[in-house]
Amino acid sequence: MHSTASEHADTAVAAGTDADRIPLSATADNGLKIVIVGGFGVGKTTMVRSVSEIRPLNTEETMTRAGLGVDDPTGVEGKTTTTVAFDFGRISINDSAVLYLFGAPGQERFWFLWDRLFSGTLGAVVLVDTRRLDDSWYAIDRLEAHGMPFIVAHNDFGGERHTLEQIREALDLSPDVPLISCDARDRESSKAVLIALVDHLYALSVQASSSGRQSVPGQESVSVPETAERAS
Amino acid sequence: MKRLGPDDDPDRLYTVTGGRSRSADDRTLDLVTLIVSECDPTPGMQSEHARILAMCRRPMAVVEVSAELRMPVSVVRILLCDLLDLGQVTARHPRTPDTAQLPAADLLKEVLDALHRL
Ligand SMILES: Nc1nc2c(ncn2[C@@H]2O[C@H](COP(=O)(O)OP(=O)(O)OP(=O)(O)O)[C@@H](O)[C@H]2O)c(=O)[nH]1
Ligand SMILES: [Mg+2]
Repeated sequence: MHSTASEHADTAVAAGTDADRIPLSATADNGLKIVIVGGFGVGKTTMVRSVSEIRPLNTEETMTRAGLGVDDPTGVEGKTTTTVAFDFGRISINDSAVLYLFGAPGQERFWFLWDRLFSGTLGAVVLVDTRRLDDSWYAIDRLEAHGMPFIVAHNDFGGERHTLEQIREALDLSPDVPLISCDARDRESSKAVLIALVDHLYALSVQASSSGRQSVPGQESVSVPETAERAS
Repeated sequence: MKRLGPDDDPDRLYTVTGGRSRSADDRTLDLVTLIVSECDPTPGMQSEHARILAMCRRPMAVVEVSAELRMPVSVVRILLCDLLDLGQVTARHPRTPDTAQLPAADLLKEVLDALHRL
């Protein structure tokens, strides 16, 4: 059943045509990022659409492999240009903060641009489809390597049933990483995913400040020793 | 609509960016840095500059400008740096730490509250 963006669609309709934008508050001054990453067709755009106050927009970033840090948008011959397309939506938080939600494919060239695009990201959602779990391993690996806090959301496309425990095991997921099920088409369900992520970040942040450290693996609500191993 | 990208006529991108690859400070323009116009477009101005000034009367993130102009983020950063240099736009940079640090708990609390209200 589709219950996507029912109430909030009003705002978009009121704003007029597709081309019209809902402007941000004039006082907006703090952009925040959350990234939804996953394999092809796993529901990234659908999730962004379900919670965004604007129709999802898309764009791309290009970078030449030849000289790291030297972009050459003129596409001069002899250089390999990496292009990553991604889409995004927006949620206004208050007069100052505005959250941008990015949907991005987790393939290799995306990670090449991660630092350039997504440094400063609050946290990430890895969206997984149990029919194609392999797509998720790489993303989970990279996020861990980047020290980026994340949760895993299982987008249920039907088919064979799996318990969360089975999925956790199949993904070799550390017990301190939250794992939930969702339906990306459903607004409430997608909201719950974002709330689960920010809850997780909040717990990490409180824990880090109380222990005087900046970044701590582990979640407050789960009594896992700090030394909990990430299976490799 | 066709997006202006690396496969397009190089002359076109060359014209848009004035042939420069990047200026020193475009590194600091994050995807979610909010751009605000400080003046109105004037006749004779490069059309991309004029469009940016028109669309940033209210704050608009770099990535939204990129989507709206249908140009890659790297090209838009260069255009924005021109306008920043001329004082025609200002940039409101994100206040989150950009290393592997966690953001402040009170900011996360605000985000949580807003998500619950959605
Ligand atoms: N059954 C089911 N279908 C879904 C769900 N989420 C998305 N879909 C459908 O799956 C298809 C792909 O969803 P998208 O949101 O386009 O996936 P994506 O990850 O953005 O895909 P790419 O950008 O092409 O990689 C669409 O037809 C959605 O309607 C879900 O939770 N359950
Ligand atoms: Mg998509």
